[in-house]
Amino acid sequence: MKVEHELHQRRRGRNIGVGLLLAAFIGLIFALTVAKVTSESFQLPNIEQGAGE
Amino acid sequence: MTDTADIPQSYEPTLGDYFALLKPRVMSLVVFTAFVGLMAAPTSLSVVESFCAVLFIAIGAGASGALNMWWDADIDAVMRRTAGRPIPSGRVDPEDALYIGVALSGLSVVMLGLATNLFAAAFLAFTIFFYAVIYSMWLKRSTPQNIVIGGAAGAFPPVIGWVCATGTAPLEAWLMFALIFLWTPPHFWALALFMRSDYDDAGVPMLTVTHGRRFTRVNILCYTIILAAFAIAAAFTGLGGPVYLIVALVLNALFLKGAVDIWRRDETMSEADNFLTERSFFKLSLLYLFAHFGAILIDAVFFSTVLASWSIL
Repeated sequence: MKVEHELHQRRRGRNIGVGLLLAAFIGLIFALTVAKVTSESFQLPNIEQGAGE
Repeated sequence: MTDTADIPQSYEPTLGDYFALLKPRVMSLVVFTAFVGLMAAPTSLSVVESFCAVLFIAIGAGASGALNMWWDADIDAVMRRTAGRPIPSGRVDPEDALYIGVALSGLSVVMLGLATNLFAAAFLAFTIFFYAVIYSMWLKRSTPQNIVIGGAAGAFPPVIGWVCATGTAPLEAWLMFALIFLWTPPHFWALALFMRSDYDDAGVPMLTVTHGRRFTRVNILCYTIILAAFAIAAAFTGLGGPVYLIVALVLNALFLKGAVDIWRRDETMSEADNFLTERSFFKLSLLYLFAHFGAILIDAVFFSTVLASWSIL
C-alpha cells in the first residue's frame, strides 16, 4: 500500500505541473492575442475580398 | 549499466526528468543568443511578442535536444559525461522522449509562426531538422567534421531572433551566425581533449579519435585564428559598436593565447596537470560567446538610443 501511495504522490506532482504549464500556455496565448489585436497595424480581415484569395 | 539498476521498475518520471530532455543548459544559450538577435534587429516587437518569440525558439531548441537524446541514447550510455541523462539512466522511456521531441517541435514552429512570421517559423523548422536529422542521425557518427557542421545548428538562433523582428535575414544576422559557427569547433575540440576516453569508447568519430590529438590541437589553433580575425573585423560592420570592439579585442587576445598554449603542449604535459590549460580554454570559450553577444546587445540597445537622441538634437 505504501508503494502505491508513493507512486500516486509522485504522479500527482507531475500532473499538477502539467496542469500549471497548460494554464500558463493559455494565459500566454491570451496575452499574445491581446497584444496582436491592440497593435496599430492590426486590421480585421476583409471577408468579402478574403474569400476570393 | 549500474545507473539503470538503481532505478526501480515502477519509477515514475517527474516533470524535471522530462525537462532535462530539453538540454536546459544548451537552451539557456539559445535563449540568450536569440534574444540578442531579436534586440539587435532594427525593428522591434512588442514585449509579449518578443517573449513568445524567444520562448518558442527555446522550446524548438529543446525539442531538437529531446530528439537528439532519443537517437543518441546508445552513445550517451557509454560516455561518462552523458550517462546520467534521462534515457541512459532509465528515468525516461526512449519512446516518450521521441513523442515529446516531435510534439514540441510542431508546437514551437506553429506558435512561432503565429507569434511572429512564417519566415521565422520556417527557419526554426529547418534548424530542428538540421540538428536532429542532419547532425544527430547522419553526420555525428560518420565524419570527424561533425562538430564543424553541427555548429551551424547552434548558430541559427540569433538569426531566427532577427527574422522574428524584421521578417528578413540581412548580413548582420549572418555575422552573428558566423560568430557561433566559427566558435563551436575550438570549444568542442577543447572538451574532446580533456574528455578523451569518452568519445573513444562511444565510437563517435571525434577529431581526437580519427586524426589524433596533435592534429586536434593544430585545428583548435587554426579555427581560433580565423575566429579572432572574423570577430574583430565584425566590429567594423553594422553589427559592431564601441563596446563590442573593446570586448572583441580583449577576449580574442585571451582566446588566441589559450589556443597557442594548447598547440604548444603535448599529451605528457597535459596529463601532468590534468588538462588544466584545455579546461580553462573551455571555460574561457563560454565567457567568450556570452561576452560577445552581451556586447552586441549593449551596443544595439544603448547606443542606438543614444545615437537616436543625438540625431533628434
